[in-house]
Formats: sequence, structure tokens, C-alpha cells
Amino acid sequence: MIVVLGVTAVTFILEHLIPGSLARAILGTRASGAEIAAFNRANGLDHPLIEQYLAFLGRLARGDLGYSYRLNQSVDSLVVHQLPNDVVIVGTALVLALAIAIPLGLAQAVHRNRAVDHAATSAAFALYSMPSYWLAILLISGLSIAVHALPPEAPQAAAVGGLLADPLALVLPVLTLTLVNVALFSRYMRSAAIATLAEDYVRVARAKGLPTRLVLSRHVVRNSLISVTTLVGLSFPAVLTSGLIVEYVFNIQGVGLTYYTAAVNADYPVELGITVLVGTVTVLGNLLADIAYAVLDPRVRYD
Amino acid sequence: MTDGARPAADPALRSFARHRLALLGLAVIAALAAFCFLGPLVYHTDQVHANIRLTNLPPGSGRPLGTDDNGYDILGRLMIGGQATLEICFAVAGLATAFGVVWGAVSGYTGGLADAIMMRVVDIALAIPAIFVLIYLASVFRPTIALLILVLSLLSWLGPARLVRGEVLSLRTREFIQAVTMMGGRRLRVVVRHLIPNTLGTIVVNATFQVADAAILLATLSFLGFGLPPPAATWGGMLSQGTTYLLDGYWWEVYPAGFVIMLTVVAFNLVGDGIAGSLDARLRPA
Repeated sequence: MIVVLGVTAVTFILEHLIPGSLARAILGTRASGAEIAAFNRANGLDHPLIEQYLAFLGRLARGDLGYSYRLNQSVDSLVVHQLPNDVVIVGTALVLALAIAIPLGLAQAVHRNRAVDHAATSAAFALYSMPSYWLAILLISGLSIAVHALPPEAPQAAAVGGLLADPLALVLPVLTLTLVNVALFSRYMRSAAIATLAEDYVRVARAKGLPTRLVLSRHVVRNSLISVTTLVGLSFPAVLTSGLIVEYVFNIQGVGLTYYTAAVNADYPVELGITVLVGTVTVLGNLLADIAYAVLDPRVRYD
Repeated sequence: MTDGARPAADPALRSFARHRLALLGLAVIAALAAFCFLGPLVYHTDQVHANIRLTNLPPGSGRPLGTDDNGYDILGRLMIGGQATLEICFAVAGLATAFGVVWGAVSGYTGGLADAIMMRVVDIALAIPAIFVLIYLASVFRPTIALLILVLSLLSWLGPARLVRGEVLSLRTREFIQAVTMMGGRRLRVVVRHLIPNTLGTIVVNATFQVADAAILLATLSFLGFGLPPPAATWGGMLSQGTTYLLDGYWWEVYPAGFVIMLTVVAFNLVGDGIAGSLDARLRPA
């Protein structure tokens, strides 16, 4: 909660960092002094900063993220239309990435320092070392240009239904995001599983004759997931960042692309509204990780 | 390391020397730095004046990697773009690490309310994905090398701050720190002479990863069009400019820049892993 409040404060400060003033940025360089004064009065910008901040908080509390002067549309209405697209693409990629990375990391830990591990580690290393847009472009040049297997652009429908109607076009964006996240998460899982495998309770489980499959599924996976969960929770900003890049490369009508367009057009209210939103989502992600803790680890109880 | 720990540092050094991948990483970094900073002394090209008669030429004699859409020689441009890229990344890693270390050490050592406030500040800054703030600031201000360094550092000190605080929290209760306090050592001395040197391993490892992360962030920012404006160049900017010609088959404008970025990031990650492995006795190769 404090963190969300802090995010709003940072956003508020960012808004007032604009050289000149918000009014100047929106009305343009040729606006007269009287017009600027009128704009400031109409939008409460002539009040003391602290009052403005409280008014800003009041609007946010009512779910009002601001108003785009360029698009003549509220930030809320923009976001409401686009958020489902992000949820579909980023969400699918996240689920897929976890579904691949957890078994992969575990297999690497079990066969540590063997060929499988080396191959997977090198692959993850290479993926991890690429800016995500570079990976997206390599995939496009390979799978859409050299071999005409997949469309190079995401479905261009604005609504989420249209997005799902063209699943083939979703493959590349989702694949890019999945690969980026698999590289990250399998590294976490590998080191967590290596640490868990060295624990005494794993040796006990083995000593009492439990089959390897059960040792892994009952003891190693669950205990390793505890530390992986924290890291996944913490990597939420990274996931959102690659989301923005992928939306930009594949032209997906999502919140990230809107943010980018707003930045290019100096549409500050949209940028700031989305920043608050993204900050809140990150905090929620960390909260989810904390809740997942309690589910995974019976020792953790929140009163 | 403190003076007393000198003998203990040697196995770590020897272990690092045996870490072949880390040495390879170090060699690659040295080679890249030599290429960027010494290369232009040998290989002279005009990287300021555009020449439309020489645009988009494939590799040939006199231009080993061809030219880009402004007629700049790509090999020469990789050198000057690399200078800006490496300068920015090193400066960011240095600044962010220095600030983060001091912040984390003070926060962890002071404890109490100050610690709580200082760490909430870190949490708040971490909650906003860096790229969003970067894009915002780059859209408001005109990017220069100094601004990019400042902004990237502002967003990168959070990791080291958290790491160092964690280490300091556990070091604070150790006997040798208590001994210093009991002998009348002042707080500043404890932090500067004892706490920070003992977290040096973590700090160095993290700093190498910071360079790699900065390289990726910088490249991403350039790709989105918020990098250094021409005639200045960065690898990320070259790559992003080159990708517009991917469909035309001008591969020489795309792959070399992408390759050097990856090479840099891999090299720094290898070195970081190597140092981490040699400092941690459990991971040291037998």
C-alpha cells in the first residue's frame, strides 16, 4: 500500500518535471499567457502542489487515470480496451514459460554438468544476453521471411476476440515472450533445485528407498518452487518490459504500445496514468508471490 | 578484502584463473575495448558526414562490412558506436554500484526507522519498470551521453542497494564488527573500512552484471528511438536502424551490430559468473 502511494508520488513528480509546464506541453508553444492561465485554472494547476497531489490521489482512488488531450479520450477507456490483449499475450507466455522452465531447470539440476545441462545453460545464456527485440526480429527473419511459416505481425484486431480468432499470428509474439522468460526462470529453477538436492531431507527420502520420481516431485520441486516464486514475483517488471517491446515489434494494440505512442506524441497524461497502472500491477504481482508462498510452504502463515 | 584476509584471496584468484569461460569473457571484453578505442587509430573512416553516393553498399574492398543508409562505413561505425556504448555501460555500472552500495550499507547498518524508510524508497522505485521511466524521461528531455548515464544509473542502483543491505544485516552482528564498535570505532569507519570491504565480492559480481544489463537497456532504448541522436552512434541505435532494412536483405546492417551487443552481454555475464564461482567456495571447481 505504501509502495503504491509512493508510485503515485513518483508519477506526480515526473509530471512536474516536464520542462515549461503541462499547459505549455499540451497547448503548444504558440499559446498565449492568458490561454495558459485559463488552462491552469480549469485543471486546478494553479493550486499549491500538495493540494494538486491530493486531488490527483482522489481521482486515482475513484479509478480515474487521467485524460488524454491528444486522443480526446480518457486513459481509463484506452486501458479497458487494451488490457485484455495484454493479459492474453503476456499471460499465455508466462504460463508457458513456467510450464517449460520448471521441468527444464529440474532436469538440469538432476543432470548437473552433463551434456543436457550444458546445452540448456548455453541456450538460456544466449537468450538471456539478447535484447528481447533482437530475438523477436531474429524470429521474424527466420520464420516469416526466410520460411513463410508464420505472419510477422500480430492480429490487428483491436478487441481480444479478434486477437484469438487468428491464433497463427499470435505464435511469434507469444513465442518471443516465452523464450525470454524461459531463459530467466530456468536459471532460477536450476540453482534452486541444485540447492534443494543437497538438503538432508532429500537424502533421507532417498535413503528410505523412495523412487527418484517421487523424491523429485514431492520434495525437490515443491521446496525449490519457494525461492523460484520470489524471483518470478520480482521479475514482474522485466516481464512487463519485454511485453512492451513485443507489442512494439509485432504491433499489438496493448497498453505497452499505447504507452510508447504516448511517449512519442508527448501525451503525458497517458504516460503517467499507465505508469501508475503498471506500478500497481507490479505490486500486485509481488503480493501474489507472497500468497503463493503460503500455499507452497506450510510454515508461512499470514495472520 | 581486509588485509588479514589476504591469504584467503589467493585460492579465489587461482580458481578464477582456472575458470576458462570467465577468462574467455575477460579476453573478449579486452578485445572489444581495444577494437573500439584503438581501432579508429588504424582504421580511418568519416563518421560525421553522410554520403548519399555510398548508401547501403554491401561488404567489399575498402569497406569490410559495407555501409549503412547514411553512407557511413559500418566497421568504423561499430568502433565509435562501441565507444559510446561501453562508456555509458561502464559509467552506469560504476555510478549505480557506488550509490547502491552506500545506500544499502547505511540502511542495513543504521537499522530501525531509517532502514525502513530507505528500503521503502527502493521498493517504490522497483515497482515502476525501468523502461517506462526511461521512455518517459527520454521523451521529455533530449538524450545525451550524460543524461543516459544519469537516467540508467538512477534505475540501476536498486539491485546493489538491496544486495548490500542483506549482506550488511548479517555482517552487523558478527564479532569483528562488534569488536570495532567496542574499541570505539566510529560508525563511518565501521561502514567504510569493515562492512563495505566485506561485501566486495557481492558488489563486484553485481557490477559486472550491471554492465550487461545496462548494455541491454541501452540497446532497447535506442531501438525504441530514444537513444543518442545522430551523428552519434551506439550499437543499439545501429541495430535498430539496420532492422528497417531487414526485408531488403541488407544483412550487414543488422547482424554485426546485434552480434557485438550479444558478445558484450555474454562476456560480462561469464566474467560475473566466474567471479561469483571463485568467491563462493561451494561452487569452486575442484
